[in-house]
Amino acid sequence: MLVAVVTVIRKGKAVRRILWAAFILAAMLPTAPAFAQIDLTGTWVRSSQSDNGNSPFQNDLLGIPLSADGRAKALSYDIASLSATERQCQMYPPLYAITGPFPLQISIVQDPITTRLLGWNIAGWGDRDGTMIWMDGRPRPSQYAPHSHGGFTTGEWQGDTLTAVTTHFKMGDMKRHRAFSSDRATMTYRFDRHGDILTLTGILEDPVYLAEPYVLTEIFRLTTNPNNFPLTACEPIEELPRLHENPALVLHYLPGKQPFVNEPTQRWNIPIEAVQGGPETIYPEYRKKLKDKYVAPPPVPRGGRGEQQ
Amino acid sequence: MSRAPISIAAIAGLMALAFSGRVDAQRGRGGAQPPAPPPRAAAPFDLTGYWVSIVTQDWRWRMVTPAKGDFQGFQLTPEAIKIADAWDPAKDEAAGEQCRSYGAPALMSVPGRLHITWQDDNTLKVETDAGTQTRLFHFGDYQAPANAPRTWQGVSLAQWQTPRGNVPLIFRPADRTAGGAPPVRPGGGSLRVVTNQIRAGYLRKNGVPYSQNAVLTEHWDRYKRPNGEEWLTITQQIEDPQNLRNVKLIAPVFKKEANGAKWDPTPCSSRW
Repeated sequence: MLVAVVTVIRKGKAVRRILWAAFILAAMLPTAPAFAQIDLTGTWVRSSQSDNGNSPFQNDLLGIPLSADGRAKALSYDIASLSATERQCQMYPPLYAITGPFPLQISIVQDPITTRLLGWNIAGWGDRDGTMIWMDGRPRPSQYAPHSHGGFTTGEWQGDTLTAVTTHFKMGDMKRHRAFSSDRATMTYRFDRHGDILTLTGILEDPVYLAEPYVLTEIFRLTTNPNNFPLTACEPIEELPRLHENPALVLHYLPGKQPFVNEPTQRWNIPIEAVQGGPETIYPEYRKKLKDKYVAPPPVPRGGRGEQQ
Repeated sequence: MSRAPISIAAIAGLMALAFSGRVDAQRGRGGAQPPAPPPRAAAPFDLTGYWVSIVTQDWRWRMVTPAKGDFQGFQLTPEAIKIADAWDPAKDEAAGEQCRSYGAPALMSVPGRLHITWQDDNTLKVETDAGTQTRLFHFGDYQAPANAPRTWQGVSLAQWQTPRGNVPLIFRPADRTAGGAPPVRPGGGSLRVVTNQIRAGYLRKNGVPYSQNAVLTEHWDRYKRPNGEEWLTITQQIEDPQNLRNVKLIAPVFKKEANGAKWDPTPCSSRW
């Protein structure tokens, strides 16, 4: 084979270049096994093609396996409470990595002496605490240790998948401003990289507000143009005079008094028991319960149906 | 040609040849190379069994038939909007095309159960109870029969992707490099499946279309949890420039069940 190649090399530059390229490719191809990739560093832009965290209605709890307490907590929530000075800049919990609008900016943190990997860092955003995924085997803090918005996270490789577990995070939004996880919740992340696609699977477990794990996925694309990564500082201002006039006021709705509870049903014709979530609603057999109750709503008029998203 | 490209090319070629030689040495000199194990035996993880959809995302588009014209979540071309605006489930029924929303690009998002088995050493079979569909994942150098008619599930070529054996030092957890020992790499991997040659159908029950030229690329990632549960995330990329202005990216999730007690075959429906 080499003799043949050398013979042809004596004929013309263009032919030689093409043949050399072909030779290299032919030689290298059999040695390229189908490996996954494990370097997660870079900026990953989310595809945002699922409804994670998005809904026009405050009481859209569809697909959330809430416990009875979790549903009661969600229905007691008044989004105007976010206008309290002390709440305006509170950060979202770890699940926000999936439900939020921002890209993931991932870097490695090395031991300054040995250069070994200490952890993976996901940069914070305006309303999201940074996540340090410790890979050095350090122990988890005591259950009585202070909780933060970002929590404490350790990770390990399972094959070419990075699996991370976060504990010690504060109560926060499970679906933006609609349902909540408690400070006893645990979040498991799985980072599966396939070429320039990164699939993040999040498994949220909460013995207080969830009856079963709440599993969401988001897909990100690696970008070399991460100029869409605005870091903004939050500055609380006076938003609702009544909250400032009466600092003791805690906005909420008493049981059965949530005024917006019927909105999704009115818009989508989905029975209210489904809209309010619960473990049985996330399984296929629940469709049988809906079959005789559901009638599709009228066609969506142009301009309101999302085709330009 | 200048000297540098020749040198680089020669070095690269020699390195590749040298590497090939090392592989041959590992296989034993002089004798015939042992055949690679068939895909069934080479599987880095076991997908067989029953799996149930976990519908925590896109609930109102998956668990019920949404309103006509509800395209939220898609970036459709004008041609696609025209098709979706003409959606008529009664017409599909009359034409015997009730399975248009059960084609490969949509099927994994239809709430239901999967039954996964090996049809033979080179073919993984994925059956769904919703719509009673069957996908066949062909490993190796499978060639679809010439002039075979397009089907809802098309032709799927599969490949195991295994974890790399030697991870760069920078990515190794420190506790696995003590004493200079090679890092312990637990098993894992991914199943990559590329599907084409499909019949045109719907990505959403309310008529959001994909064309027969659509290409579906999937990665099936299975994982075991500390409590013994097994979960499956299927990353799907749907490319169809005729109807979609961008690549559709979704990742439905499944959970393994102990048996097929809840397996409930139901025929395709264009309305529900």
